[in-house]
Amino acid sequence: MAKIIIPTPLRKFTGNQASFETNSETVYDAMEALAAAFPEIQKHLFDDQSQIRNFLRIYLGDEDINVLDKEKTSLKADDVLSIIPAIAGGKN
Amino acid sequence: MKEVKFTDQAIEEMHKHLVASYPHEGCGFFYGKIGDRKEIVEIREVENQNKTNPERIFEIAPIDYVKAERYAIENDLDLIGVYHSHPDHPAVPSATDLKFAQPNFSYVIVSIVKGEVAATSSWTLNEANKFIQEQRRKTNNKRLKN
Repeated sequence: MAKIIIPTPLRKFTGNQASFETNSETVYDAMEALAAAFPEIQKHLFDDQSQIRNFLRIYLGDEDINVLDKEKTSLKADDVLSIIPAIAGGKN
Repeated sequence: MKEVKFTDQAIEEMHKHLVASYPHEGCGFFYGKIGDRKEIVEIREVENQNKTNPERIFEIAPIDYVKAERYAIENDLDLIGVYHSHPDHPAVPSATDLKFAQPNFSYVIVSIVKGEVAATSSWTLNEANKFIQEQRRKTNNKRLKN
């Protein structure tokens, strides 16, 4: 099964579970499976149009899915997905 | 008020990094253990990826975030939050800080005025998605056990 690494800020919504395993065949399906298992995380992953939030990046191993097939990227059994929140700020 | 504890060493290393980054904003992650309170024992510098306006903005590359999570797992630590500096500006969160703030993370802001540390504060989001200040204390624990 593919594994999703849950970022620390969102673990409160997964009962402090750091990772989630899924048989999903695509990145999008895997994210949906995670949200189905932990409904409180839904709004932090998806916007109102059920798209993955703009501020999130998804990496498959060390590669951004945006340089692969985006949300349609296929998953293999030993793949590791990382959900990455945008980390930025400043006095601006 | 929520509480967050730092070792003297973690504070010193963070201040040293942010003074060296001046007049640009410096940034990094901090690690420790989350129990009844947050105890921070280690900081790690990260490169500010913003190259167009680094005096006012910091950005951390996604791959650096992936590495930070891995480092926490490999060293049996929790990734507790992010620190950054406000050069010649107060140590209070800006609208940009709020825009990108993550739930449950701590955000340490250090005001660097004319190249010297002027103030340090720690913040976290409340249930209403507003920043609230955390009380900052010292801890002598160099390395904490589970």
